[in-house]
Amino acid sequence: MALKSLLAASALALMATTAQAGDVRIMWYSDGIEGEVFQDLINRFMKENPGINVIVDNVAYSVIKEQLPVQLEAGNGPDIARVTAIKDLAKHWLDLRPLVADAKYWDDNFGANADWMRPDGSNQISGFMTQLTLTGGFANKTLFEQAGIPLPGPKATWDEWAAAAKKVAASQQIPYPMAMDRSGHRITGPNISFGANYIGKDGKPAPLDAGAKAFLGKFIDWAKDGSMSKDVWVSAAGQSYRAAADDFINGQVAYYYAGSWQVPNFAKKIGTNFDWVATGSPCGPTACTGLPGGAGLVAVKYTKNPKEVAKVMDYLARKDIVKEFSERTLFLPAHKGVIAEGVNFKSDSPLVKEALNNFVNATKTTSDLALKMPGWRWSDTMYGAIVTRVGQAIAGEMSTTDAFARIDSDVAEKVKASGL
Amino acid sequence: MSTAIAFLTRRKGGKFWHWTDIVTWVWLIGGLIVMFGPAVWLTFSSFKTPAGLAEFPPSLLPYVTQQVRVEGYEKPLPLFNAKLADGSTRVLAEVRRIGIVSQMVDPKAPGEIIKVRIGDREPVREISFATENYTQPFMQFDFFRYLWNSVFVTVTATLITLIVNSMAAFALSKYEFKGRNAAMLVILATLMVPLSVILVPLYSIISSVGLFNSLWGVILPTVATPTGVFILRQYMLTIPDELIDAARMDKASEWQIYWRIIVPLTAPALAVLAIFSVVWRWNDFLWPLIVLSRRELYTLQVGLSIYSGELNVQWHYILAMTVVTMIPVVLVFIFLQRFITTGIAGSGLK
Amino acid sequence: MAQPKPPSERPAAPQRHDWLSVLLQPVHLVMGLADYPLRYLQKKTGIGGMAAFFLAPNMLIFAIFVLLPLVINLIYSVTGGSALFLDERSFVGADQYRQIFDCTNYLDPMSCQEDAFWTAVGNTFWFVVLQVSLMILVSLITALILNRELIGRSFWRAVFFFPVLLSPVVVGLIWRWILQRQGLLNSMLYPLGFEPYTWLSDRTFAFAAVVGVSIWAHMGFYTLILLAGLQAIPKDLYEAAEMDGTKPARIFWRITLPLLMPNLLVVIVLALIKAVQVFDEVFVLTGGGPGTSTLFLTQYIYETGFVSLPRNAGLAAAASILMGLVLVVLTLLQLGIARKNENKGKR
Repeated sequence: MALKSLLAASALALMATTAQAGDVRIMWYSDGIEGEVFQDLINRFMKENPGINVIVDNVAYSVIKEQLPVQLEAGNGPDIARVTAIKDLAKHWLDLRPLVADAKYWDDNFGANADWMRPDGSNQISGFMTQLTLTGGFANKTLFEQAGIPLPGPKATWDEWAAAAKKVAASQQIPYPMAMDRSGHRITGPNISFGANYIGKDGKPAPLDAGAKAFLGKFIDWAKDGSMSKDVWVSAAGQSYRAAADDFINGQVAYYYAGSWQVPNFAKKIGTNFDWVATGSPCGPTACTGLPGGAGLVAVKYTKNPKEVAKVMDYLARKDIVKEFSERTLFLPAHKGVIAEGVNFKSDSPLVKEALNNFVNATKTTSDLALKMPGWRWSDTMYGAIVTRVGQAIAGEMSTTDAFARIDSDVAEKVKASGL
Repeated sequence: MSTAIAFLTRRKGGKFWHWTDIVTWVWLIGGLIVMFGPAVWLTFSSFKTPAGLAEFPPSLLPYVTQQVRVEGYEKPLPLFNAKLADGSTRVLAEVRRIGIVSQMVDPKAPGEIIKVRIGDREPVREISFATENYTQPFMQFDFFRYLWNSVFVTVTATLITLIVNSMAAFALSKYEFKGRNAAMLVILATLMVPLSVILVPLYSIISSVGLFNSLWGVILPTVATPTGVFILRQYMLTIPDELIDAARMDKASEWQIYWRIIVPLTAPALAVLAIFSVVWRWNDFLWPLIVLSRRELYTLQVGLSIYSGELNVQWHYILAMTVVTMIPVVLVFIFLQRFITTGIAGSGLK
Repeated sequence: MAQPKPPSERPAAPQRHDWLSVLLQPVHLVMGLADYPLRYLQKKTGIGGMAAFFLAPNMLIFAIFVLLPLVINLIYSVTGGSALFLDERSFVGADQYRQIFDCTNYLDPMSCQEDAFWTAVGNTFWFVVLQVSLMILVSLITALILNRELIGRSFWRAVFFFPVLLSPVVVGLIWRWILQRQGLLNSMLYPLGFEPYTWLSDRTFAFAAVVGVSIWAHMGFYTLILLAGLQAIPKDLYEAAEMDGTKPARIFWRITLPLLMPNLLVVIVLALIKAVQVFDEVFVLTGGGPGTSTLFLTQYIYETGFVSLPRNAGLAAAASILMGLVLVVLTLLQLGIARKNENKGKR
């Protein structure tokens, strides 16, 4: 315990020299322009509240993922952070319930996702989702039209999409019919559609079930026979994330399974080169679900200025601010009131609005199991093991059955090693 | 001209080209392309728009589709070379695209809409340097702050490295004392420990001594380089002890011997170490990224990493800032390069 | 043996330029002033004390930031859990090591529980062997060529040294842009009728690329060391051999190579160290893929201890200790060879 108190003391000393009263530091990462929009909103806040100095530290995502958890464990860290592992780190978040102006407002509007970012069994208000994401497919409409193949309808299955995309690829001479990001999160949506359930009875990970094996096996076969681009999946070892977006942007892929966050990216990079549509998630035997996710903005309990932090959070959670943020960044909002009212996304491209609306519609077919995943402690462990081993199977380093066995033993090992 | 060729092809002793000469020049020219080519290409690419970067096949120079203002249309329209039904080719502006048919107009006579299949049109392209890749980050991020932090870290770390390493090397090469061999052995053994291996414990040490989010947390762990001690000691071993004995006769203190005799004589090796230290510290990435998470403390390398998001990487900014960060090292090298060979040659590095 | 000349005979390398001496003035002043307290210290402690004084700052920093982490690593490797700070970790004894060595067949990495570790060990071994030998060959050829009478020699020297200045991240980045599917290599082959190929998804090519790129990035440094050695070989030796009509190949084997041995040894030692530590550029270039064919030890340790959730610092530490043991053995071996050589030189 001595080391810990020494640590706390030195951290305190450090804080005392660097943090002034009224300072609020926000750790923020950006995929696109949201950093600029956010800074703009913060500047307005500081004009309204001259006593509070808000500093936005833009960081690489790897800092949020790898370094922030270590900082938090040492009792350091920013006052507010934009985080994706919101459940995993839940014990470090500040309970804003007694601090915010109107807790009921928070419950009403953000209650649906509150469980994703608080310790199990509490009613804590830790923060809110800056954006919701939903995985889903994108089709290169122009390629389909050129090939004379109709786009499969909203209830189409994965097999129907694969068949259609293969025909398109053959007629248009593109290298790959389909592509999916190298990500355990992405592949879990289809897994659930095929009947997978990762969560065991005790809340810990269960061994891969028939549903998961059905889709993963199909996926590995697709990658091996060239129906699915294998490039991104073999392009790293371990659980590194790799996006296949560039191939889609170049018109090299007919059907790309990614998610709502790609919409602004596509609008910027594809321009008028071809038409694309968001198709929602294809169906499996059990469901037609994508996987939700997103990044939360949460307050850290080691803050020296909880009152000011709450004020900043109250401001950022305001209906008009959430609305403006979503409209300018083209993110799907998580605010119930804003969703009910409708969002007028600011984009020149009609494709963008249509795509975002398709994603909003697709949220209706999201299965309950998929909704549970972001709030489940072990989801990242499962995703990591799946990516690692499926990647190896696609690279030809092990058979599909070996990969399944490895996923189970990797996860079991991780659960054991974590000592829980 | 012919004299120039004669001059260039002239060989020692007036002999004609030997096969080794051909090998030499093939190797040199090949080396020039392989060594410089990639960096040149990187520099050109840094001027491309995000769409241009994603394109295949990539062009060497940054091209964009030419745009033109056409009467009756609010926004500038992209220009295309369109093959028409009668087989002729005309330069047309695209108004909109519906599916695989493009609706185009002649910029000079914008009244009539001409329909063209999209496979029959090629964009008209022009070279355009996307300088906003450079200007945007300059405005958005506190470039000069980051530059200052980088310079501060590089210069301070290099100075401390030179002083501390040369003092240690002096002790290890010119004094006999107990544990000297042990000290040398420990240094040599740790020559092999890569940072990524001690990352976690080092992090916990830095945060417990309160150097977290401080430039000193970046500087201190890197200054006691085993490589530096190793190089300097080897060099100092070649300095004759008589010089030191003579100085002692003249009542010079040990400090004066170090500062007035050893350091000046070791200058070439120090220059080598200085160059490497500057290059290492300037390019340090992993460790500063872990220690620094406040924007007023970012070094350039950390600053440019903020363009790597969770789901997307903004390559156009990263490439541009990479080029910017490359410039100072290249300058330092040009400035100090003549020291490198003399330094390594003299140090008898072994 | 090509002994370096004593400093008195050396071309006065530290040429003083005016701007430099002006810059150094205040430094000299400070160092001069430091002499007074230090003389006092010398009087008190004697020369032995001064040796300790010179050694102390370096060793202190070294102890805190290099040795202490190594010791902590040792403790990590016998504790478990996902906590970072020692007091929250529980003692597990040799469990981490046992997990690493948990194999059904010691000749097949895939039969181990930690198959990634053993794959990484194998990859690292082959990488070190290939990279070091090829790089020394390439550097030697380059140094021999640069040692000829050339027009613009310092320019050519700079050309080959240039990549040494780039950060590993930039090196990885540049080559990824060249080798990826939409990269420069494919676009140069495209007009020749080759379909775009995914070079980095090809196991053999990816490994070759990793070896090649790291040679590209580091060879300039070793070339310079070898070049320095070549230039120290007295010219009259060559002239005498030429007069005797000795064949060039014989001159190389009989004169150049033996006299270059000391520098070659330095190059081998440093190159080995660098090769074992390979990480950043590979991480950016291939990320360890395709599959695990370019996964190296440092990346395995980094990912196990820092990236993959929940992080397992204990296992990573155990792996790093094992790696360290191998490295120490290697270093000692090299020191032994160096010493033997030195003795040979004296005889």
